[in-house]
Amino acid sequence: MAIVEQQNRVLLQGNEAIVAGALAAGCRFFAGYPITPASEISELLSVKLPQLGGTFIQMEDEIASMGAVIGASLAGTKSLTATSGPGFSLIQENLGYACVAEVPCVIVNVMRGGPSTGLPTSPSQGDVQMARWGTHGDHPIIVLAVSSVSDCFSVTVKAFNLSEKYRSPVIILSDEVVAHTREAVTIPDTEQIRVIDRIAPGVPPEWYTPYAENNRGVPDMAAFGDGYRHHITGLIHDDRGYPTQNTQEIEKFYKRIHGKISKGFQEIQVTKTHLMEDAEIFVIAYGSVARSALKAVRDARAQGVKAGLLQLITLFPFPRKCVDTYLRQCRVVVVPEMNMGQMSREISRVNQADCRIVKHNRIDGRLITPQEILKHLTTV
Amino acid sequence: MKSNERYEIRFSGSGGQGIITAAVVLADAVGSFDNRHVCQTQSYGPEARGGKSKAEVVISDIPIDYPKALSVDLLLAMTQTACDSYFFDIKPEGLLVVDSSLVLQVPTSRSVSIPFTRIAREDIGRELVANMVALGAVGHFCGQVSLESLEQALLSRVPKGTEQMNSEALQAGIEEAKKIDLNSLPRSVLSDWADEL
Amino acid sequence: MLERAEIIRKEYLRHDKKFPHVWCPGCGNGIVMGALLRGIHVLNLSKDEVVLASGIGCSGRMPTYVDFNTIHTTHGRALTFSTGIKLAKPELTVITVMGDGDATAIGGNHFIHAARRNIDLTAIIINNSTYGMTGGQYSPTTPFGSQSTTSIYGHVEHAFSIAELAVTAGASFVARGTVYHATHLEEMIQKAIKAKGFSVVEVISNCHVQHGRRNKLGGAVEMITSFKKNAVTVGKAAKMSPEELEGKITIGVLTNVKKPLSTEQYQRVIAEARQNVEKNASEKEKNGIKRYEE
Repeated sequence: MAIVEQQNRVLLQGNEAIVAGALAAGCRFFAGYPITPASEISELLSVKLPQLGGTFIQMEDEIASMGAVIGASLAGTKSLTATSGPGFSLIQENLGYACVAEVPCVIVNVMRGGPSTGLPTSPSQGDVQMARWGTHGDHPIIVLAVSSVSDCFSVTVKAFNLSEKYRSPVIILSDEVVAHTREAVTIPDTEQIRVIDRIAPGVPPEWYTPYAENNRGVPDMAAFGDGYRHHITGLIHDDRGYPTQNTQEIEKFYKRIHGKISKGFQEIQVTKTHLMEDAEIFVIAYGSVARSALKAVRDARAQGVKAGLLQLITLFPFPRKCVDTYLRQCRVVVVPEMNMGQMSREISRVNQADCRIVKHNRIDGRLITPQEILKHLTTV
Repeated sequence: MKSNERYEIRFSGSGGQGIITAAVVLADAVGSFDNRHVCQTQSYGPEARGGKSKAEVVISDIPIDYPKALSVDLLLAMTQTACDSYFFDIKPEGLLVVDSSLVLQVPTSRSVSIPFTRIAREDIGRELVANMVALGAVGHFCGQVSLESLEQALLSRVPKGTEQMNSEALQAGIEEAKKIDLNSLPRSVLSDWADEL
Repeated sequence: MLERAEIIRKEYLRHDKKFPHVWCPGCGNGIVMGALLRGIHVLNLSKDEVVLASGIGCSGRMPTYVDFNTIHTTHGRALTFSTGIKLAKPELTVITVMGDGDATAIGGNHFIHAARRNIDLTAIIINNSTYGMTGGQYSPTTPFGSQSTTSIYGHVEHAFSIAELAVTAGASFVARGTVYHATHLEEMIQKAIKAKGFSVVEVISNCHVQHGRRNKLGGAVEMITSFKKNAVTVGKAAKMSPEELEGKITIGVLTNVKKPLSTEQYQRVIAEARQNVEKNASEKEKNGIKRYEE
């Protein structure tokens, strides 16, 4: 009784599927530091990358890992690092560098309870706002969340594609539940996977302006060693990449790096809906909690409640338009999170339809159960 | 195989008994060989401490939402402690399968006792493969997996050189399970009129 | 000599960059940059193949002015970026210029691990005994008892000897020079670039504006000539007692050993990993196990 008639079926953990997705997207460099519950990603890549001629390195800490990832990307190689809370704190410094110098790279944060050493190793969603605002300064960033093993594969491919296309670091938020759950997934054939690569300059070196404005808002990217001999800096820079204190150039820089992400909202903001067509009450959830929410919604429907689920894959830039549509359609939204309400405040921020927001926050290191969410759906 | 929206199996015992391996092999057989939806989770972090080991497999014909067990259809208990700790959320019509070499007090009449550890030690020659004997029995009782797939999955996952021993252990478990008639057990631990109360 | 200076000025400086540079008159950084450019020129390296990376501080601005692949990274982290660049494109010659605070305070851990790891990188550390750009606070190489903006009562901590630290951490080539001995420095930098493995050149330099002024060491000229007075060669230093070496600057090559490069070793890892893939595939086929491998 084959329910899924497909080739390439394989039983993978979430962390393993992230590896498969990264390799399929063309990632050939990984630098990391051991930390649970992200270690499987390092371990598996230390085996797989050399098989593909790529490079794995374990650095002295997460600061160094992020530095090496940026270095490798500047030399033209798609790069990844993976960590958890304490390491995520350490990568923030160089993450800001990747934002300002517009270096494509992907960072996986398998969330565990924090702050500090926190709760090793129980699931949490405590790093959501940090993913958005962790590094200092006014910066745009893309944050995606995974809820299943097949997500881990496809969202990782998407993360690399977005990072290459928009020359922006992309953060994938996973959690301990997704990381260690094994599911049978179908890995698509290589030719079925859409892989996007950064656009190399089409002009000779003497005409190349590394950060010149163009209609995409994303400058063409030369790699070190390709003959362009350009300059990369963490200072705010002019079109040529050189440091500037000129007010007009500074403003132009900030507007462009924010603008390039805004221009891509439609492609970047990914959401999934379940049973939303006629929903009167709905759940907004992401990560492993979205799975509990789906079960709760199905059970509520069985009891005659017109419930639906809006699952966020993209957390930032916050998919305001999509959320707003359903806030206007429904009278109540339940927002279950394994934190004190980091996403519900985003929802409150955009709620102009007087939809009632019911928060459900579980912070004891355990996954929210379907029954907890169902209780809200059947009583409010 | 029975069609099912959600069938939950929990493997439990103590660390070192190969509980997780058994669950992974079952999940692999169901997911990669039988091509059905499957979710396998295990105790991790603080949950995994204290010597107890637990792994769950959820099988479905539709994409699985909640990945962990909610009410268990089949519980395998390889130690008394595991049996006592993980019995609480078994369904009234769920089945308890215990290793009678190590579990002496059984909390329900809807249960099957097979001496997995003794069979592994005496018939196969290695106590280590008790998990595979148990897996054979679980595979037979659950009716959720083709036994050929189970063997294929097992062969592709065990260490080189141990294929035959593991395969024999699996078969011994299946054979032992076949001797037991589940229809002779009470259909549910609740009486027929329980719903009316 | 003048002719060579002219070639270097024309060929290696970025004239489209907003010169003048940020360094104070008399700063040793320009001497180090000159020695580096001459060294690269003599080694006949293609500009396209050279990467110059830096951290933060006065030395951090050096890559901006020179016509290579250049990167100005975060404070202390330059070596981590260089590691990524070198691993992704081993054919590049990656040179990292850092200051004393940059390399041995905030970047101290990266520095010793780069030395231990032995990737073919060259690190030039300009040691001026202070944090110049931020206003003259004490650094890991500020001498005991010295004045700085954060030790006006006299510094209570002891200084690192950067070159000796590099030797202990396992760097395969370590040399020390000063900005007085410009030709010697050029030679040291050339040797460091040529040497396979992690190479370190510590350059004793002057910050007369911050460190010199506060410690009555005079201006640029006095400070730089004091390097001449205090320098002893490695050979001569070997015959001197620790008491005699007090306050002296040992210059020359401190260590030059051949060690397996981790990058070369990794090529073996790649070959072995690829072999294993083929072996496993054929074995599975033989045993009749057919399944998809991710």
